[in-house]
Amino acid sequence: MPVQGYMYPNEVELAWSILIVLYPFLTGLVAGAFILASLERVFRVEAVKPTYRLALLTALAFLLVAPLPLQLHLGHPERSFEMYLTPHRSSAMAMFGFVYLWYLMAVLVLEIWLDYRRDIVRLSQSAKGIPRLIYRALTLGSTNISENALRIDERASYIITVIGIPSAFLLHGYVGFIFGSVKANPWWSSPTMPVVFLFSAMVSGIAAVLLLYMFTSRVRGQAVDMNCVDTIARYLFYAFLIDFGLEMLDLVHRIYEADESFRSLDFMVHTRLYLSQVVIQIYIGTLVPIGLLALTQLLRLAEKVRKRIYAVAGALTLVGIFAMRWNVVIGGQLFSKSFLGYTTYKVGFITREGLLTASVLTLLPFPILWALVKLLPPWAEHEFMPEAGAAPAQGGD
Amino acid sequence: MTIEPAQEGSGRVEDRADGDGAAMNRFKDAEHLFRVALVFAAGALAFVVVRAILVPKSFGEYGHYRGTAIAEIAAQPVVFAGHESCETCHPEVPAVKNKGKHAKVNCEACHGALAKHAEDPGTVEPAKLETAVLCVKCHSKNGAKPEGFPQVDAKEHSAGLACDTCHKPHSPVIGAGGKP
Repeated sequence: MPVQGYMYPNEVELAWSILIVLYPFLTGLVAGAFILASLERVFRVEAVKPTYRLALLTALAFLLVAPLPLQLHLGHPERSFEMYLTPHRSSAMAMFGFVYLWYLMAVLVLEIWLDYRRDIVRLSQSAKGIPRLIYRALTLGSTNISENALRIDERASYIITVIGIPSAFLLHGYVGFIFGSVKANPWWSSPTMPVVFLFSAMVSGIAAVLLLYMFTSRVRGQAVDMNCVDTIARYLFYAFLIDFGLEMLDLVHRIYEADESFRSLDFMVHTRLYLSQVVIQIYIGTLVPIGLLALTQLLRLAEKVRKRIYAVAGALTLVGIFAMRWNVVIGGQLFSKSFLGYTTYKVGFITREGLLTASVLTLLPFPILWALVKLLPPWAEHEFMPEAGAAPAQGGD
Repeated sequence: MTIEPAQEGSGRVEDRADGDGAAMNRFKDAEHLFRVALVFAAGALAFVVVRAILVPKSFGEYGHYRGTAIAEIAAQPVVFAGHESCETCHPEVPAVKNKGKHAKVNCEACHGALAKHAEDPGTVEPAKLETAVLCVKCHSKNGAKPEGFPQVDAKEHSAGLACDTCHKPHSPVIGAGGKP
């Protein structure tokens, strides 16, 4: 039954589709991956060092794709540029354009450039053909990788990461704010929304980098650094506990407050959202991975078992966080503001906002990441070590 | 990649004593940062230039929109004639309509924009209306409509018959009379 009870005419068809589900999911992976990277740089968690560069490149690959679902959702995507030209200060979405641009350019691109600069300079001298031209362009004409120059890079990179942490918080907290500030929708309107989005972003980003690191190590035939994955899993566990605690706090608050929307929303959670919210998000996507991660913290398990648990817990975490985005975006449109009716969302397949488009957009960051990894190898064995004295310090061009 | 606190060389006092050479070296070591700053500055400048070219001059004149848009819209030809024009030639319609349930419904709400017909009634003929399609636009059953508003499930209610078989659109209550 597509419509049950009473819906206002403009509520029957959902305005925001699966692509709008994808947007906070992809943005969350970016913010989470960056926050994981900052653990090493700012908080000096040396154990996660093997994933530092991979996390930055992952964040960049996903950030480049993050606005595409929004573009495809628009009837006139070419007009979205107007948001930059004549932004309306009362529009949360218009301001997000600047938050996005700030994060992309001033934080992520700059940090990656500074971190890779010595590699870029080295590769600009050793690479051949078109890659050489790319590396030469990336050096911006400066091949100075003297000890002092690299020390300046370290300092600048540290400052950018320190600025980057609140920026990453801003980026994803803002996505939560866009939903949380819709006062007409009781499913969204909550001051906890930015915080919940932020922690779920950290959870999904950490899980994604954990999986990518284990997967790439396997593909490259390299041993997984167990100290590194154990540490990441521990942070994933902590972040997940906070995230789940916040969501439960929000839930308990809603249940106790029981405002005029509560009966309608409660009915929706027990009927149309039961599978995606209770079964997939809470049981399979939250409690099971938290339980699995807790096992690795409490028991002394063999390396092989731990790796498998991390892989399963990481994958389930991503499923759970995607389900959370789905339940927020789609759930918020399934009930009538009259609180007397419910509609249905049916995902198209080969349509502009269908499942095929969503699948392609979900997979698109991976070829981008592959290209970035080819261009800027994040692996330790490629890393240029100045203390080895392999490259002479050069001044200027 | 370990983070080392940046060292201040051998100290500022000594650096000054070294004179311009030390300052020049320090500038050379940070030169790439100036280059990247230049790239960002060029990007910001390009944005300012593109914005100056693309944003219409009248933008913001009255509000958050292009000011000249008002004059452009005002210059568009009028397509509605207004019910006074209709009633000049069709006085028998308001005589019935104003006594019925559709008294507040304007002629062109159902008949469409007819300024051209009002200007040249001999040549421009209004299209014949299909009541089976037109009436349900307002009167199809919907839970969101006020209870007292007449609304029907057209399939159940009329079984495919055109609405004006029973209801006369200018005064739709059956038996109220009106122009066929």
